[in-house]
Formats: sequence, structure tokens, C-alpha cells
Amino acid sequence: MFTETPIDRRKQLTERVVRIFLLVVTSVMIIPLLLIIGYLLYKAIPVLSFEFLFSNPRDNMRAGGIWAPFLGTIYLVVVSLLVSAPIGVFAAVYLNEYARESWFTRVTNLAVVNLAGVPSIVHALFGVGAFVLFAGLGESILAASLTLAIMTLPVIIASTTEALKAVPMSFREACWNLGATRWQTIRRIVIPNSISGILTGVILQVSRAAGETAPIMFTGAVFYKTIAEGNLFAYNITEQCMALSLHLFTISTQVPDVTEGTPHGTAIVLVGSVLLVNAAAIVLRVYLRTRKKW
Amino acid sequence: MNILRKKSKANLPFSETVIELFIRLCGISSIIFVFGIFFFVFREGAGFLFNGLNLTEFLTSVEWQPTSLNNKRYGAFALIVGTFSVTALAMCIAVPFGLGAAIFVSEFCSPKLRETFKIVIELLAAIPSVVWGFIGLTLMNQLIIQVFNAPIGLTMLNGGIMLALMSVPIIVSIAEDALKAVPDSYREAAEALGATRWQVIYRVLLPAAKNGLLAAVLLGAARSIGETMAVLMATGHSVNIPSGPLSWIRTLTATIAAELGEVARGDEHYQVLFIIGILLFTITFVVNLIADLVIKGIRQE
Repeated sequence: MFTETPIDRRKQLTERVVRIFLLVVTSVMIIPLLLIIGYLLYKAIPVLSFEFLFSNPRDNMRAGGIWAPFLGTIYLVVVSLLVSAPIGVFAAVYLNEYARESWFTRVTNLAVVNLAGVPSIVHALFGVGAFVLFAGLGESILAASLTLAIMTLPVIIASTTEALKAVPMSFREACWNLGATRWQTIRRIVIPNSISGILTGVILQVSRAAGETAPIMFTGAVFYKTIAEGNLFAYNITEQCMALSLHLFTISTQVPDVTEGTPHGTAIVLVGSVLLVNAAAIVLRVYLRTRKKW
Repeated sequence: MNILRKKSKANLPFSETVIELFIRLCGISSIIFVFGIFFFVFREGAGFLFNGLNLTEFLTSVEWQPTSLNNKRYGAFALIVGTFSVTALAMCIAVPFGLGAAIFVSEFCSPKLRETFKIVIELLAAIPSVVWGFIGLTLMNQLIIQVFNAPIGLTMLNGGIMLALMSVPIIVSIAEDALKAVPDSYREAAEALGATRWQVIYRVLLPAAKNGLLAAVLLGAARSIGETMAVLMATGHSVNIPSGPLSWIRTLTATIAAELGEVARGDEHYQVLFIIGILLFTITFVVNLIADLVIKGIRQE
């Protein structure tokens, strides 16, 4: 009764073919990742050294290291984080803990989605119009960081919302029953129980902000600037700075006769930092999942 | 919950009222920023948009000569075609891979393998666009020159491949969510009727999740339309109506990035760049809105 008919056999064959085909399609995506890292590393090995990281670009950016752009990127990321982390986390708290289901919440959620979808170059135009010109900040680290902050806000909102949603409703109810107010519940129960998830979002914001080029090009990042080597406080946030991403663009398209390997070195430092930060977020998330008690 | 809210409002300490106000303000910040973006970009470009710019010429002419001394032309048609053609090419590559990977990850994978793939996809999404542009400029450039025997590898194909790699992670993650959202009872019912895994996917899951998959593709496309650095560096950056994957193009985004640094504020050229910004903002806004409506459509079913 249950012997295999030709139809069954064909079904099995299709099944196997589809499975292998899809496995190949999925695995293909690992190739570009490995290829990019491998290629950049291979080309960058000759120039990579501590000196490369801690010395300024020389000879009109044809040689030398990446200290000024590297420090500039750190400044941009830190300042943008200081702005977007509180706003993003509280926005998510509002959406998840305060707002009721209504047309207004829908509009707010739609705004978050659309903010995430605005092209980076339009953020740049906004930064120029709002921060550089209207607010009178001029082209400065501050203007560029604010632009980056608004651009990366949806990242923090989305992952914080996710983290807050994972806290069981019964936790909140128990706390309210003890007479706690809404804010007390959020501060003592909801946020401590979702802090790792919130941190993951913040970390992802860092990696996103570090890699962006278009939004900072006209708001505060400059092609070339010399700063004191080894001094962590060499930049002033009301002035312009160099940035790794823009530096990579500049030396790979605008500057002729760059020392072989320097652009690759810059790229690998940029990719390396971003991937390292992302890996940290992944590790944190995995750790969080194993520790979760509910 | 509502009773609690009303009761606690009456005797809320002052500090708490302030904090709640702050939280509410943050909550609506996204709305403020979206309007702010539109307002400020519009504000810089409005003068020329309503007074001087020939809108028909802007949308239909291929003559983009903003720096010409005696014959300034602001025809963005070639840029619009460039943007949409490279996006279409990117989607042709990214959609099969993205949807295939999403199906595999959500339906065929063991949990451990799934985690691995998801991390790979996440890391792929994290690579900055300027690095994709750099790869296009160096590695992919040489590859295209050798494979197609082309004089130069900075073409629509190059940009398309870079954009595809950048939008695949978005497509995979949203499409996977859409497949996950299909209730397990659908799968079980189909399997009970003797369907194989692939038959379940093909006959049951894909039709059931089609809205979510469509949204995934739309959001992937929106990402490609808005991408700047990768296309600026990898597509040759020359105003041209493309005749095939190996012709060079120029996109709306790349034009702004390349020219904004060289114009004086208030200039016609400067304002036109902001008008291009409005156009880009509108396009991505509409695409995102459609994707959102498509997703909401499923939930209401």
C-alpha cells in the first residue's frame, strides 16, 4: 500500500534539488563577506602597523597614517551617540509603555519607519539646511553628529522597542499592584530587565554611525586637517574634523598616486571596527538569551 | 491599565510629570524629524522650485549642464533613469538570492545553521557603503574588465552588484519575518495531506506570505534608491541613458554628493540639488508608505 510510486520518487527528487539549490543560494552570501575581508587584509598587510593608526596622513594624503580621520570618526560617533541614545530609548519607552493603540501611535510608528528609509544624502541636505545654516552651527563636528544622530535614531528605537516587548507584562502588573507609578515601574523593572537588549541597539547605532559618509560630507567632515598626534582631545566639537569613511572616499577617488595599500588599510580599519562592534552586539545578545530566566 | 493611569495621574509627584513630558516629547520626535527633514530640504530649494525652474524640463530633459557658463540646463531625466535602472538591476540580482535565502533560513535550516546564517547576513548588512564603493572601484572593476573584456569596469553592472549585496540583508530579514508570521497550522495541515516541504512552501507559504515578501522587496528597493557612496564610486558617474548593464550611469543621490561641495549657497545649482533631494525624499517616502500599507494589510486579514 505504501510502496513508492514514480510520483513519490519525483517529489523526493524535487525536494532534494530544491534543498541543495537553496543551500547554495544562501551560502553564496558568505562569499562576498569573506572575499572583502580577505582582499582588504591581503592588500593592507604591508601598511598595517601601530604607526599607521597613530600618525597623520602625509604628503597631501598620499602617504602616512590615519590618526586624524580615526579620531574624527570616534568624535562623531560619541557625540551622535550622546544625542540619539537618550532620545531613541525614551521614544521606544513612549511607544511601548505609554502610547495606546490609536491612529496617533500608528502615525508615530510610520514616522519611525520612514525616518529609517530616508536616503542618507537627504539627511545630509537636512543637516546642511537645519544645523549648519539655520541653527548657525556651521560645518562642525556638532552639526555632523546631530545629522548622524537623527539618521541612526530609528536603529535605537527599533531595537529598544524589541527589548522592551520581551519583558513579560506580568512583571509590570506585579509592580503596579504594589502601588508603583508608571515611571517607577519603567525605571525599576522594565529597563533593568531589558538593559542588554537596549545596549545591543546602542552598539548597533555606533557601528552604523561610524560607517556613514554622505551625511557628514557637507556638515562637518573635511577632506584634510592636521591634528596633534597622540592627543585624544585634539578636536574641538565646534570645528571640522576628518573621518575614516570620507578619508577612504577621498584617497581612493580624489588623490592621485596614493601609496599602494593605504586605501585598503583605511578600509580594513573601518570595516574591522564596524564588524568588531557588531560582533560585540551579537555576543551580548547570545549571552542575554542564555541568561534569560523567563 | 486605563484605570491605573487615571488614578496615578492625580497624585503624581512633580518630577514624574516632567519625566513623562520628556518621554512623550521623545516619543513624537520621529514625527518632528520627518517633517523637519522635509521642511528644511524644501526651504533651501523652494525659491527656485516655484520661481525659475522649468519642471517639465527638469523631469524630462537629459541635459544636465548646471555649470555651463551661457547655457545652464537642469534636466534630471538621465539621473532618474540612472537611479531606477541600477535599482532594477540590483533587484534582479538581490530578489532571487534574498527570497531564496529567507526560505532556506526559515524552512529548511537547523537552528544552529540558522543562527550562523543570520550572523553572516547581519555582518554583511554592517559593511559601510563607502567600503562597498571601494570594493566596486577596485576588485569588481578589475573583475568586470576581465570577464566582459570591457574598457572600464565602473558600470551599471558594478553598481548593481554592490547595491544587490547591500539590499540582500534587508530582503532576507523582512522576508523571513513574513514567512515566520504564517501560522504553523497551515504547514501542519498541508503536511498532513502528504505534501513535501517544497510543496508546502510553494503552494501554501508563498501565497500566504506574499504581502510580506512584497514589502521586503520594496524596502530593499528603497534602500537601493537612496544609496549614495557605493553608486557614486562604482557606476562611472557620467550622465548617460544606459543602453545595457555595461554602460555607465549617474544617479540622483550621487549627483548631490558630488556637486553640493562645489556650489555657492542660494545659487540656482545649489537649489536644484535640494530639489533633487525633495524628489528623492518623496520617492522613498512613497515606497516606504506602500510597503507599510502592504504589511498592515496582512495583519488586518
